[in-house]
Amino acid sequence: MTGILDQLWRIGRMLFLPKQTRGYPEVKPVLPPRYRARIVLTRDPDGQERCVACNLCAAACPPDCIEVVKAETEDGRWYPATFRINFSRCIFCGFCEEACPTSAIQLTPDFELADYDRDSLLYDKQDLLIAGPGKRPDYSYWQVAGKAIAGKDKGAGENEAPPVDLKDLTP
Amino acid sequence: MTIKLKIDGREVTVEDGRDLLSIALEQGVDVPHFCWHAALGSVGACRMCAVKVAPGEGTPGKVEMACMTPASDGMVVDTTDAEAARFRAQVIEWLMLNHPHDCAVCEEGGACHLQDMVVATGHHDRRARGPKRTHRNQNLGPLLTHEMNRCIGCWRCLRFYRDHAGGRDFNAFGAHDRLYFGRAGDGPLDSPFAGNLAEVCPTGVFTDKAWSGVYARPWDLSATPAICTGCSAGCNVTLNERGGTLRRVLNRYHGAINGFFLCDRGRWSPWSVDGPGRLTGAVTLPRVAGAVGLGSPRASLESNWALRRLVGPGRFFAGVSDRETALTARMAALLKASPVPSLTEMAAADAILVLGEDLTATAPRAALALRQAVRGAERDLACKKGVALWLDDAVRVAGEGRRSPLALVTALPDALDDIASFAIRRAPHDMAAFAAAILAALQGRPADAEASAIAQALSTARAPLIIAGAGLGLAGPVEAAASLATALGPKARLALFPAEAGSFGLSLLAPAGGIEAALAELERNPGPLVVLENDLFRRADPALVERLFAKATQVIALDHLATETTTAAALAVPVAAPAEAAGTWVNHEGRAQRSFAFRPADPQAPTAWRVLAALAGETPEPGLDALLEALVADLPALAAVRDGAPGVDHGPVPRAHPRQSARTAGNHPDRATRTDPDSPLSWTMEGDRAPEPALATWTDRPGLHSVSAEYAAQQWIGGPLKGGDPGVNVLHAAADAPALADPPPGAGLLGLPLHSPFAAHEADAASPPLAARAPAARVTLHPADAARLGLTAGALLVIDGRPAPAPLSLDPDLPAGHIGLSGLRALRPVILGGAP
Ligand code: SF4
Ligand code: SF4
Ligand code: SF4
Ligand code: SF4
Ligand code: FES
Repeated sequence: MTGILDQLWRIGRMLFLPKQTRGYPEVKPVLPPRYRARIVLTRDPDGQERCVACNLCAAACPPDCIEVVKAETEDGRWYPATFRINFSRCIFCGFCEEACPTSAIQLTPDFELADYDRDSLLYDKQDLLIAGPGKRPDYSYWQVAGKAIAGKDKGAGENEAPPVDLKDLTP
Repeated sequence: MTIKLKIDGREVTVEDGRDLLSIALEQGVDVPHFCWHAALGSVGACRMCAVKVAPGEGTPGKVEMACMTPASDGMVVDTTDAEAARFRAQVIEWLMLNHPHDCAVCEEGGACHLQDMVVATGHHDRRARGPKRTHRNQNLGPLLTHEMNRCIGCWRCLRFYRDHAGGRDFNAFGAHDRLYFGRAGDGPLDSPFAGNLAEVCPTGVFTDKAWSGVYARPWDLSATPAICTGCSAGCNVTLNERGGTLRRVLNRYHGAINGFFLCDRGRWSPWSVDGPGRLTGAVTLPRVAGAVGLGSPRASLESNWALRRLVGPGRFFAGVSDRETALTARMAALLKASPVPSLTEMAAADAILVLGEDLTATAPRAALALRQAVRGAERDLACKKGVALWLDDAVRVAGEGRRSPLALVTALPDALDDIASFAIRRAPHDMAAFAAAILAALQGRPADAEASAIAQALSTARAPLIIAGAGLGLAGPVEAAASLATALGPKARLALFPAEAGSFGLSLLAPAGGIEAALAELERNPGPLVVLENDLFRRADPALVERLFAKATQVIALDHLATETTTAAALAVPVAAPAEAAGTWVNHEGRAQRSFAFRPADPQAPTAWRVLAALAGETPEPGLDALLEALVADLPALAAVRDGAPGVDHGPVPRAHPRQSARTAGNHPDRATRTDPDSPLSWTMEGDRAPEPALATWTDRPGLHSVSAEYAAQQWIGGPLKGGDPGVNVLHAAADAPALADPPPGAGLLGLPLHSPFAAHEADAASPPLAARAPAARVTLHPADAARLGLTAGALLVIDGRPAPAPLSLDPDLPAGHIGLSGLRALRPVILGGAP
């Protein structure tokens, strides 16, 4: 008997507390910038494509929903010929973002991805690429990598000495 | 004598006189290392393999380099010791000091020995703040990339390229941390073994350029065991596939054949499968009866047999000249009589005579074995001085550069001349006479000085080796080699290299003759002609082929490449390339080895043996196992071929890598083919890797992902594979064949084949990377002959009624009366002039 009264009291008390129900979709939630939802591909500070098609995100992804195919420009820059995420499989764990050495792949707070058509949940590079550098405005992988590309010769990267002169005989 | 020592608390018993590193690795204790390589020995250059070594139980130990320390009785080795671990951690930190932040854009990443070692030693943060030294790269041609910033200075590349493979155009430049490995300037590496640098280098300095062009991370590649069809050595390769295209070809260790190294032809000729030269198009197969069949030396045993079944044994001919058919049969018959040396055994010979064969071009991997054999004298002397054989550098110094005798009797300067004690030049038809002089000297009869010296070297050797082959198409050198081997007695070995990977397989099916015999048969009993995987115009006199085609009521050509033959045929049927088909290949030893398809068959280009069954109006066998049953029922002497590899019901054995990613990113794996009707290998990652080496897919394991860790599959390091080296000998099935004599050379010009390691067969020309690497075709004459014929360098000749492949060049090394021709198969008279 006391148990029933206790229950009634506990539940009835809720009638006077503030409402938790959200008016979504009429009222949009405010989410922190680090919320993990729809994935984007960001760009280097100079506006060039950031992703180098290293495939680390694809390897880290638990449900295996990323496909990246490497291509290379004349000057040696790696880039993804294909970059595809299957959002019907993505669990928004953020492992890809953690694995990415270039900060290209980033999760955003936009979680509204529902669709009636499975195929439209396959996002390709043109759907994923955004105009800016996202959460890391200053980082450029190519500046710390040792490979030369157009505009960054050997020895011109961060923390690099000029190329060795092989004919130099000094000890 | 054996000794007992303790490694990480485990007691092990090993042969005396070995180094600690190889013992530990063999025992499954993965000591980090860089400069040590199973085939190259120890030099102690990298200081990575530090372990704690105590002379006995209870005695204080000290940190030593495992690869440079001989094991001794009672020794206690601790690889986990804190001091040793700290030492290794410091070494890796030094080695990484200048290493670029490149993994993301480095082809090696994912199967990188450096990555593995860095993880193994726990180094994860660069403490040094100074700038990194940088290097400019070189363009090393179409086969290899060069990214020198990634070098950690282990010296493996140089030790392989110069010391092991005998290359001269690659060296170390600079000093201390400015060390640079490369050529004097841009340009392709000369050596036909340069491709091994991609596997030997533990970092991403040298990687496969063709792979980089269609790159996929190693963990995303499927791995299929296959046999190289580039020559009759039968090296084992792994074909890496993803998304239905070939991505990379890797060496697959075989203890008796290729060991750790392939030649560049083997590494890149399979690329013809996705090259532009494929024969394509849908065809409606007619029903063929009463046909004459021309088998092929570049088709598998199964495909040749399926043709033989279609046309009947009496109408089955080899798609090469009558002479080559007879010569191949004779070679098989000669080899049947005695134990045939494998390439590994050839590398242990201590006196070698090569009669007439340009081995570096016709069986390149065998030439690499000879380069190791001639170091025998150096090893013997070092041994006498008490130097352990695994101390690579010390052996070279103590050995005083001695070379075991190698005699090369060839028509032209040879790639092995630099290691030969006797580099003897004879016109092709004079080689048998020279061999006869050696034989005379062996039997104590008078002979000239050179022949006597060679006879002396061969007769005093412990394990002499005589090599000949079909490179000139002459029987003289082959017969002479056999008589010399017989004269030398049971200690001698005879190795004969037939023209192609499928030559012995074809010969074992006892074709009724060659192209000339097929022509005669068609004249007697006309009918359609079925040509199996063969561009006849490359293998015989074009005029003869044209006559043959004119006699046939219909020509049906099966091939994976579009060739002159498929163009001339009334019906050209696309079939699977060797890399896309399961089949058996019989190598120069008579070893039958099974190769598997690296991707599911394209319904537009099925395996040739399936097409041949369909041409006969039969339902093709459901799989290779059933075909082999039928083959063995027909030819019981070949029963052993069934044992080349386990059958379909042995599976599933996964070829996909267990870490493969992106299976579901818009790909539909449910629609993809998963099982292979011809092998227990599946295209999934389900199932267990097979213990049988014939089904070996991946050799990596957690913590060790690169090819540098493949020693774990070997019974002992550099020894046979666990479970036995793949392949079964079928040479006993060869029929006896009478001795052959060559026709006299005649008065006219003789075409002399100019072989190249990079351009031997149709597939090489159809492989984009190899075609880009291949030297230009040549047509050469001796200046005196040119003057006699009134020709000058640069002349555009017409040879046998066809325009020559290149302008004439003059070469004083060419024997008089001969015209050197690229792409020629065997020595034969040619006619200059006439209308093109
Ligand atoms: S968030 Fe997780 S599941 Fe989604 S793509 Fe990234 S790694 Fe894969
Ligand atoms: S998004 Fe990042 S981790 Fe993924 S392939 Fe591109 S660079 Fe590599
Ligand atoms: S060599 Fe190995 S460690 Fe160095 S960048 Fe390449 S993958 Fe990374
Ligand atoms: S290039 Fe490669 S193999 Fe050669 S020394 Fe450097 S790391 Fe070693
Ligand atoms: S492996 Fe022992 S020092 Fe390099």
